Amino acid sequence: MEELKVSKIAEGTVIDHIRAGLAPLVLRILGIEHGYPGSAIMAMNVKSSRHGKKDIVKVEGQFLDEETINKIAIIAPQATINIIRDYKVVEKHRVELPERLVGLVKCPNRNCITNSPEGVETIFIPEEGGKLRCHYCEESVDLRRVELYY
Amino acid sequence: MRDWRGADVISIRDLGREEIEQVLARAAEIEPDPDLLRGKIMASLFFEPSTRTQLSFASAMERLGGRVIGFSGVGGTSIQKGESLHDTVKMAERYADIIVIRHPLEGSARFAADVASVPVINAGDGANQHPSQTLLDLFTIKRFCGRLDGLHIGMVGDLKYGRTVHSLASALTNFEGIKLRLISPPSLRMPPKILEEELRGRVAFEEIQDLDLADLDVVYMTRIQGERFPDVEEYERVKGAYVLDLEACRQLKPEAIILHPLPRVGEIDPEVDRLPQAKYFEQAANGVPVRMALLSLIFLGR
Repeated sequence: MEELKVSKIAEGTVIDHIRAGLAPLVLRILGIEHGYPGSAIMAMNVKSSRHGKKDIVKVEGQFLDEETINKIAIIAPQATINIIRDYKVVEKHRVELPERLVGLVKCPNRNCITNSPEGVETIFIPEEGGKLRCHYCEESVDLRRVELYY
Repeated sequence: MRDWRGADVISIRDLGREEIEQVLARAAEIEPDPDLLRGKIMASLFFEPSTRTQLSFASAMERLGGRVIGFSGVGGTSIQKGESLHDTVKMAERYADIIVIRHPLEGSARFAADVASVPVINAGDGANQHPSQTLLDLFTIKRFCGRLDGLHIGMVGDLKYGRTVHSLASALTNFEGIKLRLISPPSLRMPPKILEEELRGRVAFEEIQDLDLADLDVVYMTRIQGERFPDVEEYERVKGAYVLDLEACRQLKPEAIILHPLPRVGEIDPEVDRLPQAKYFEQAANGVPVRMALLSLIFLGR
C-alpha cells in the first residue's frame, strides 16, 4: 500500500486509529455532514503500524466534549484522540468507555421500556467481551452492532 | 451476609449464591405471623393480570399481618386515560411501603425501582425477569432434592420464549456440577444468546428433541403456546410430542420430581398428578413462603 500523506491541522482534534471503514460514522457523531461550514479531513484505509489499516479524522477548530468522545469510544474503542494547538499535538489519549452510557445507544429490544412512549432515556453498561447490556430490559448488544442516537 | 433492608428485587442476575441461599433459608423457616408486618402496606400494581403471582404475593403480605392495595389489569384505572408508569409509581410510593409490579414492557420494573423511593419487587416485566418465580423454583428443588449442587435437570417444551426456564437456567449457574438436558423441538430451542453468554462454561448442557427423562433429578415442564406457531398442524404435532403422561413417566427415577410453573394446558396428563414425583402443586404453594421470606427480608432484614 502506498504511503498517504494527510495534511496537518492548525487547531482542533485528530481522531486516529479508527477501525478501518468506520470514519464516516465518526463524522456523523461529530455532526459533519452536508453543509458543514468548517474544515475537516477524513482518510480511510490508510496504513497503520498497529492495525494494518485504519481510518483517521481531523477536524479544524473542534474540541470534543465528553459525550462525543463516549460515542466515539462505543463505535471505535481503539481510537486515540489528539488535541492539536499550533500544528502540534499537545494532548493525546485513548478513548475509554464510561461505566454507564446514558442516552447514547438505542436498545434493539422493541419491547423495552426505553422504546415506549414512557420516554425513558437508555442506559447501557459495558460488559466483558465487547458487549453492552441494557440497564432496563437486560438485552445485550454487541459493540460492533450498536445503533446510536445521533 | 447481605443486608436486605430496603432492597429492590428486580432480576435474578442481581442475586449471587449467598443471596439466593439466604432467601431459601428464610423461606424454609418462616411461619405466618400477624404481627410481623403489621401496619405495612403493599401496592400491587398488576398492569397485566396473573392468578398465582398476584394472589401469592397478597397472601404472603396478609399472612405476615400487612395490607394490600392495588389493581389487576388496567381496566378502570387512570392508566387507561394515559397515565404514565412514572406517575403511577410516584403515586403508589406515597400510598404504600413496598411496590410489587407486573408490566408487559421489559425493563419496566427496573425503571419503577429507579423512580420509587420505596422498595420494588418485579413480579414479571414482559419476557425479561420474574425473580420470585425463579426463587420459588429453586426453593422447591432444594426442598425435595435436598440440595442445589450436582443436579441433573431436564427442561422440556418451549425453551425459546419461556421466561421461567431462561431465568432458572441462569440462576443455576451459581451452583456446582449442574447438568442441563434441554428438550425441545428445533423451533423452540433455548436462544443461542442464553446458551453462549450465560450457560457455556458454567453448567454442562445438551440439547435433544426426544422426551428422554432417564437419570434426571428434576423435570421442568413448560407450556407450548399455539400463537408461537405459524400453522395449526405443526403446533398439534409438536405439542403432542412433549406431553408428560404415565407412559413417559416410567422413565423417571423414583426420587425425581416434576415441576411446572402452571397454568398447564395439556402438557402434563392429569393422571400424572397422583404420582409421587408430581410436585407442581407444591411448587405453586411454595410461592407463599418464598414471597413471605422476601417481604420479611426487605422490611426487617431477617
